[in-house]
Amino acid sequence: MTNLSIMIVGVGGQGSLLASKMIGTVAMKKNFDVKVSEVHGMSQRGGSVVTYVRLGEKINSPLIEQNSADIIMAFEKLEALRWIKYLKEDGKLIINDQRIDPMPVITGKEKYPEGIIEFLKSKYKDNVISIDALKVAKELGNLRVVNMVLIGILASKTSIEKEVWLEALREVLPAKLQSVNEKAFEIGYNFAVK
Amino acid sequence: MKKLMLGNEAVARGAYEAGVTVATAYPGTPSTEITENIAKYDEIYSEWSPNEKVALEVAIGASIAGARAICSMKHVGLNVAADPLFTVSYTGVNGGLVIVVADDPGMHSSQNEQDSRHYARAAKVPMLEPADSQECKDFVKEAYKISETFDTPVIIRLTTRIAHSRSLVEVSEKENYALKDYKKDFNKYVMMPAMARKRHVIVEKRIDDLKDFADKTNLNRIEWGSKEIGIITSGIAYQYSKEALGENASYLKLGMVYPLPVELIKKFASEVKTLYVIEELEPFIEDLAKKEGIKVIGKELFPLVGELSANLIREKILGINENSTNEINMPIPTRPPVLCPGCPHRGVFYVLKKLKLTVTGDIGCYTLGALPPLESMDTCVCMGASIGMAHGFEKARAREFGKKTVAVIGDSTFIHSGITGLIDIVYNKGNSTVIILDNSITGMTGHQHNPCSGFTIKNEPTKQVDLEKLAYAIGIERVKIVDTYNLKELESVIREEIAAEEPSLIIAQRPCALLKNVKFKGPLRINREKCKLCKICMRIACPAIVDNGSYIEVNEALCVGCDLCTKVCNFNAFERVGDNND
Ligand SMILES: Cc1ncc(C[n+]2csc(CCOP(=O)(O)OP(=O)(O)O)c2C)c(N)n1
Repeated sequence: MTNLSIMIVGVGGQGSLLASKMIGTVAMKKNFDVKVSEVHGMSQRGGSVVTYVRLGEKINSPLIEQNSADIIMAFEKLEALRWIKYLKEDGKLIINDQRIDPMPVITGKEKYPEGIIEFLKSKYKDNVISIDALKVAKELGNLRVVNMVLIGILASKTSIEKEVWLEALREVLPAKLQSVNEKAFEIGYNFAVK
Repeated sequence: MKKLMLGNEAVARGAYEAGVTVATAYPGTPSTEITENIAKYDEIYSEWSPNEKVALEVAIGASIAGARAICSMKHVGLNVAADPLFTVSYTGVNGGLVIVVADDPGMHSSQNEQDSRHYARAAKVPMLEPADSQECKDFVKEAYKISETFDTPVIIRLTTRIAHSRSLVEVSEKENYALKDYKKDFNKYVMMPAMARKRHVIVEKRIDDLKDFADKTNLNRIEWGSKEIGIITSGIAYQYSKEALGENASYLKLGMVYPLPVELIKKFASEVKTLYVIEELEPFIEDLAKKEGIKVIGKELFPLVGELSANLIREKILGINENSTNEINMPIPTRPPVLCPGCPHRGVFYVLKKLKLTVTGDIGCYTLGALPPLESMDTCVCMGASIGMAHGFEKARAREFGKKTVAVIGDSTFIHSGITGLIDIVYNKGNSTVIILDNSITGMTGHQHNPCSGFTIKNEPTKQVDLEKLAYAIGIERVKIVDTYNLKELESVIREEIAAEEPSLIIAQRPCALLKNVKFKGPLRINREKCKLCKICMRIACPAIVDNGSYIEVNEALCVGCDLCTKVCNFNAFERVGDNND
C-alpha cells in the first residue's frame, strides 16, 4: 500500500481522539507503520483543531503537508474550508453538516461564510461527502456516536477491509457502547458506498 | 510487543523500564502526559509538585538518596527550576537523574518560544533529543546509564510534535534497579564555596569526557544517501528532513545535542558537498559547528521563529515550491480558543469589564478572558506574575490607580508562584486586590489535581490548602469568598475590596464546568417573543449564544445550561429546552 494520509479537523472539544485511535488500531492490525499527531492544550478550548494520521510502509514526518491529504474528515463545516489546502488532487472530503460559530463571528467582527458545502461540492464534485451526522446520532438515541458515523464513511473510502475496522471498533470501545457504535458505523459505511 | 504510543507515554514507559521509583512534575503543555502516564505504574511514586522548582528538588533528593528519579516540565518550567538545575550539575547524582523538558516551537500552548538546549550548555549538563516515540523510550533508558556513568543529571528535550505524536514502540520488561547506598558526602552534596570550587573543576572535566562519549555513542548516527547534500539535524527536524529529501541527502542524525560530537561532525562535513544544519528555533548546532570552523548553512535559509516543515525544507534546499492548488478566495473567519460554555471564569471577566478595571492577568484557562469580547485582562507574562505586577502598577501610578487595578490568578497558578507575590504586597504595605479563580483543578493543562483540589495525582484524598486561612496567616485581613455565578455579589464585593485601604483577597469559587461531577440542568433556548434584542447576553461571550442578525439564538448542541445568561437578561427571555411550552 502507498502511504495513506488522513486529517481529522474540527473544533476543540468535538473529540478527534476516538477516530485517531481507531485508525491507529487498524494500521497496527494491518502491520503498517503509523504516526498520529494530536492536539492537547490551549487550542482544545474551542479553537480550530487538527489531527494528522499517516500510515504505510515507513512513515517519517507525523505531519501532513499542503496538497497531500488523501482524506480530510471535518467535524464542522468551516473547518473543512479552513483546511482544504491540505487536500491532494482527487482526495476525499468528508464533512459533518454542523455549524459552530467562532467567537469573532459571534461578536460580529467576521462573517461565517454561507453555502460552504455547496461551494465545496461545486469545486470538488463527487469527492465531497456531506452528512448531518448529528441527526443520525439523534435517531440512534446517542449524541456521542456522531464521530462514528463519520468514521464509517471514512472507512468506506479506504482500501482496508470493513471487518478490520469493526475489529478495531470493538477493541477501542467498552462492550456496552459497541452495539450503538456499530450501528452508527454501518450507517456511515453504507452512506457513500452507492 | 509493539504499541502505538504518544511520545510522552513512551517517556513514561522508558522510566518504568529503567526502574525509576520517584517521578515528579508540574503540568505544562506539551509535557503533562508524561507524568499522567507514569502515575499509572504502581511501582513508581509520582506527584504533582506545586511548581517545577519543588519538583526538581524532590527528584534531586530521591536521586541522592539512591533512587532513579525523573522530573518533567514544559520549557518555561525549566526557568522556574533553573536554580536547582545549575547546582545539581555540580553535585552530580547518586541514583540516575533525568529531567525531561518539552519545548513548544510554534507556541501551540505557550507564552514564549525559548529553546531549552541553551540550558544544557549553560548548566553543563548533557542533553538528548529523541525523534519518535521509540527513541523517547530508548533515550530515557540510555539517559540513566549516562547519568550514572558520568555522575550528572541528564536532560531529555522534546518538542510538541514529538511529545504529542503517536508512533510504534517495542515495549520490554522492567529492569530491576536496586536502590543505591546513600553515603553522607559533605564534599559532593554540600555546595558551599569551598566545596563548589572543587566540584566546578570536576564539571569541566566531565563535559570533556562527555564530548569524547558523544563522538562514540550510537545515539548519534550517519545515514548515507547522496553525498551532494549533507544534513545535520535532530528531533522532529530529522523527520521533516527525511520526508523532504529522502535518498537525495545524507544525514548526521544527532540523538545527543549537547555536548556535540565534534569529530563526527568534521568527518561528516568532509564527505558531503554542501552541508546544512536543519534545526527548529535557535542556531544551536549551527553555532557550535561554526565555532569549530566547520562550514555549514543554517539560519540564513531557515527561520528562527516557529516550526519547520517538510515543504519548507524542500523549498529551501531543492527549490521546489509547493503552493496549494486549493487556495480559496473566500474569507475564512479565525477560530481562537474560548472559555467553554459553563466556564466559571466567565462571570468574573464580565464584571471586571463592566467595572472598567485594569487587570494584571496570569496563565491558565482564564487568560482567554483577555480576548474579545471580554477583553478584560491587561497583562500576561508568566505564572504568578499577576500579583507582583498589580503591586508594581500601584507603586508606579499611586493609590488612586491602584484602586482601579486587580490581579487575577488561578488556583494552581497561585500555589505555583502567587503566594510569594501576595506576601510581598502585605509586607511592603501595598493595597492591591487579588482575585483567585478557584475552579478546584488545574484546568488549562487538562485537569490535574493540585494542592487546592484535595486529591493527589493518584486520586487519593489529601489535605487541601485553606486559601482563606493562608491569607490571614500572611497578614491579609480582608478575605471574601464568592460564587462566580452570583454576578451581583461578585460585583459588589469587587467594588468594596478595590476601595479598601489595605490588601484584600477575593476567592472566586466554582468548579470547572468540565469536571465529571459538575452537573447542569441542560440547554436553554431563547423565547423570541420575550427577547428585546438588547444583546446584553452577548457581553458574557458565551460560544453558545449566537447573534443571527435578526435574532439571538442559542446553539443547543453547545449550551450546557449554566444559566449565567439568565442572570444578565432583563426580560427572562431564556428558557430551558423541554420546559412546559413544547
Ligand atoms: C512555569 C510554567 N509552568 C507551567 C505552565 C503551564 N500552565 C499554564 S496554565 C497552567 C495551570 C493553570 O491552572 P489554574 O491556575 O488552576 O487555572 P485554570 O486553567 O484552571 O483556569 C499551567 C500548568 C506555564 N505556563 N508556566
